[in-house]
Amino acid sequence: MFKVTINVDPKKDILDPQGKTVQHALLNLGFLHTEQVRIGKHIVIQLQVDSKEEAHAMGVKMCQDLLANPLTEEYSVEVEPC
Amino acid sequence: MLKVGVVIFPGSNCDLDAIRAVETVMNVKAVPLWHQDNTIDTDAVILPGGFSYGDYLRPGAIASHSPIMQAVKIYASNGGPVIGICNGFQILTESGLLPGTLLRNTTTRFISRDVSLLVTSNQTPFTKGFAVGQKVTFPIAHKDGNYQADPSTLQTLQENNQIVFQYVENPNGSLHDIAGISNKERNVVGLMPHPERALSDWTRTSDGVPLFQSLLSHLEAHV
Repeated sequence: MFKVTINVDPKKDILDPQGKTVQHALLNLGFLHTEQVRIGKHIVIQLQVDSKEEAHAMGVKMCQDLLANPLTEEYSVEVEPC
Repeated sequence: MLKVGVVIFPGSNCDLDAIRAVETVMNVKAVPLWHQDNTIDTDAVILPGGFSYGDYLRPGAIASHSPIMQAVKIYASNGGPVIGICNGFQILTESGLLPGTLLRNTTTRFISRDVSLLVTSNQTPFTKGFAVGQKVTFPIAHKDGNYQADPSTLQTLQENNQIVFQYVENPNGSLHDIAGISNKERNVVGLMPHPERALSDWTRTSDGVPLFQSLLSHLEAHV
């Protein structure tokens, strides 16, 4: 069994209004060094497959097919045994 | 006898408005299509507004993989008229039937009010009854209506006259004030505003009526 951790984030040149709003809130709370906030998604999947490579390939395919929108989002896939 | 299909996903909430528009304005039979159906036996298809699958992951993302959307893709590729309203528009972009994507409004707020729109193409089955340059008022009700596309996609939309509606005053940050577009073949249209909620005096605006009349006259001429 492998634990696949996927992060999906807005691409750098895409405006992230949610991140901007949270940045303003943090500044208002006194976190004055908050230069930028970007908000994405953190997805954890347990996969019953034989190898780490297989789990990674499956995670990438999941991102391509459903979990990320290639027009606006980028993703990373990390695999560890569990 | 003409029939118009209205797709219902878990979380659709404008399906009854769409059915009512078909029955009262077009005076034809509205056929509910469930998200797990995989065949379409109607003369047009409406993807209504709402929050299909709770808007989980991204609006329209999960709906775009439902069995009915595989049938809609085939139906659209054969030239069948398809319109997606609000969440229906989001499902069409997620399905790849329309280019671009709909992001969170730049204000981050859910906006629910009437907006003024410019009709910029009357070459679709849904807008034949409008004049180009005509102003219409439809309500909007969305949080993710900020249309974005890369520069080459925008150029293609402009060159092929695929921009169908533009906001007079941009409420959500959409690229080029885009409120609605069509595919290159013009049989698939998506828009964020709600023509099906603009059908009578008591909805403040009846500007949505010509959209359904356009579809009716298109179907009468082609089916």
